[in-house]
Amino acid sequence: MKTGKQRALNVLQNILLIVYAIFALFPLIWMVLISFKSDTEVFTTTFVFNPTLANYQEVLLRSDYGRYILDSVIVSGGAVLVSIIVGVPAAYALARYNFPRKEDLAFQILSYKFAPEILVVLPLFMIYQKIGLYDSYVGLIWVYQLISLPLLIWVVRGYFEDISVEIEYAAQVDGYSWYQIFFKMLVPLIKPGLVSSALLAFIFAWNSFTFPLILSSNNVYPVTVAIMKYLGTDSAHYGQLAVASTVSALPAVIFALCIQKHLVRGLSFGAVKG
Amino acid sequence: MANKKSNDKSELNKVPFATRVRPYLIVAPSLIITIGIMVPFAMAIWYSLTNYSFKLPNHKFIGLTNWVNMLGDPSFWGAVKISLLYGVISTVIEMLIGLGVAILLNNLNNGLSKVLRVLLVFPLMIAPVTATIVWQLMLNSSVGIVEKLLNIFGVYNFPWAAAPGTALLTVILIDVWINTAFIILLVLAGLQSLPKSPFESALIDGGSAWFNFTNLTLPMLKPSLYIALLFRFMAALQEYAVIFALTKGGPGDSLMSLSLTAYQKGFKFQKFGGAIPYILVLWLLINIAAKRIVNLQRSAQKQAAGLEE
Repeated sequence: MKTGKQRALNVLQNILLIVYAIFALFPLIWMVLISFKSDTEVFTTTFVFNPTLANYQEVLLRSDYGRYILDSVIVSGGAVLVSIIVGVPAAYALARYNFPRKEDLAFQILSYKFAPEILVVLPLFMIYQKIGLYDSYVGLIWVYQLISLPLLIWVVRGYFEDISVEIEYAAQVDGYSWYQIFFKMLVPLIKPGLVSSALLAFIFAWNSFTFPLILSSNNVYPVTVAIMKYLGTDSAHYGQLAVASTVSALPAVIFALCIQKHLVRGLSFGAVKG
Repeated sequence: MANKKSNDKSELNKVPFATRVRPYLIVAPSLIITIGIMVPFAMAIWYSLTNYSFKLPNHKFIGLTNWVNMLGDPSFWGAVKISLLYGVISTVIEMLIGLGVAILLNNLNNGLSKVLRVLLVFPLMIAPVTATIVWQLMLNSSVGIVEKLLNIFGVYNFPWAAAPGTALLTVILIDVWINTAFIILLVLAGLQSLPKSPFESALIDGGSAWFNFTNLTLPMLKPSLYIALLFRFMAALQEYAVIFALTKGGPGDSLMSLSLTAYQKGFKFQKFGGAIPYILVLWLLINIAAKRIVNLQRSAQKQAAGLEE
């Protein structure tokens, strides 16, 4: 049975959460509303207006928007996949082994995250044109590692460090191979960190603007660059911009829904920690 | 436990070469993939000593002229101040709200919190430039929905981004709206992976909720908090998209941060060589801040490991 005080605290917590949720979600609702408004009605603030699908027709049917989305999915998804494949083992090594200059190496990887994009991108433009990576999927996936890899390695490393070495030894004694231990025991334990950092890395790669703007043109055309078309120099088409943004958020939304159940711990930690 | 660890270390010195290089081999792919970035960086330092421009066919060495010009420019110190103010204020607000909301989501195990765990990440999924434009429409001081809301409370024509005094507040508001979700997601994942056993024994000892929070939750959560702080602060110091989309650095030069100043010099005024020192100063600031936060994170991680045993 809950006491009155506990119940009051519970209500208060719910109210605080709802207040924050209104702040966080209202602008998104507003954006979706704008996507149904004609250009003349964008500046009205009532919730009553003549909804129109014209913006959706313009963006989805009369442009290559589907292709832009697909390009974004390929480069952002590819970037996260590469980051997981090379980054998770690196995070394990940086957490488990003691070796000279370990912290320097870890900081080196971190420093890619604050390499100024403007500095990186111009010389890279020249290099990419020489080695044929300009305007290619591989080229963007490669440069996106600067966005996704440091975050993934540093988050996942902390989760590996939380797992005691003893359980690995115990499993070795029980005759499990290193691969079995890694995939069957460690991966479920680092899951909350792995999926949250993978989602964030995907979102940041998806939202990257400077890199695709300079390093790609017609073959690979991610949505962030495509969206800018709706802010034309003559007039801004806010309705179409809202459609483009709403639609471009969908892949990340689907990703978030898919991983949501993995965000909670896979195993009871109490049994395996420390 | 402590004994066992020191044994491991002495064994490590005796291990064969193949085992000793193994960690380097595992980390190597990550480094090889990203090491190419050092080439542009070295080139950039060289360009800062030249009169490099997209307009000129050739560039020549001009020594420290660009650096001296920057340090003599009164707007340089203003830009440093704005970058730091923006970075510190927005990061502090986001950390506080993010931690609070993550704790609420973790404590309340009801339908609301389950739905919001996914929904509250959505603001991150809109490109920052677009998010800023939506806010611009909402904050419009004659027809914006926020203005209509403020009218109810008797506030009229709040200037938002139009006045130097409130422009910083406005960009920080938008930054908080976008990026608090980043903190929420990382801290929530951290909360979800806390071990249960210390809390179970605390339950038997009968400690208060506040005592448990300050003595168990917070110390064990600290490593995750520092990681969130690290990545958010590094990005906030460099923030560019929100300010550019909202005011392009104005009104006046009230929002000309280091990033915006560098962009303006490099692209608008076509003086790439002159812009690079501003970016390198920003890089240095972030480097110092990141080193400091990393050290705090490392010691917090060691402390937390001790607590969990």
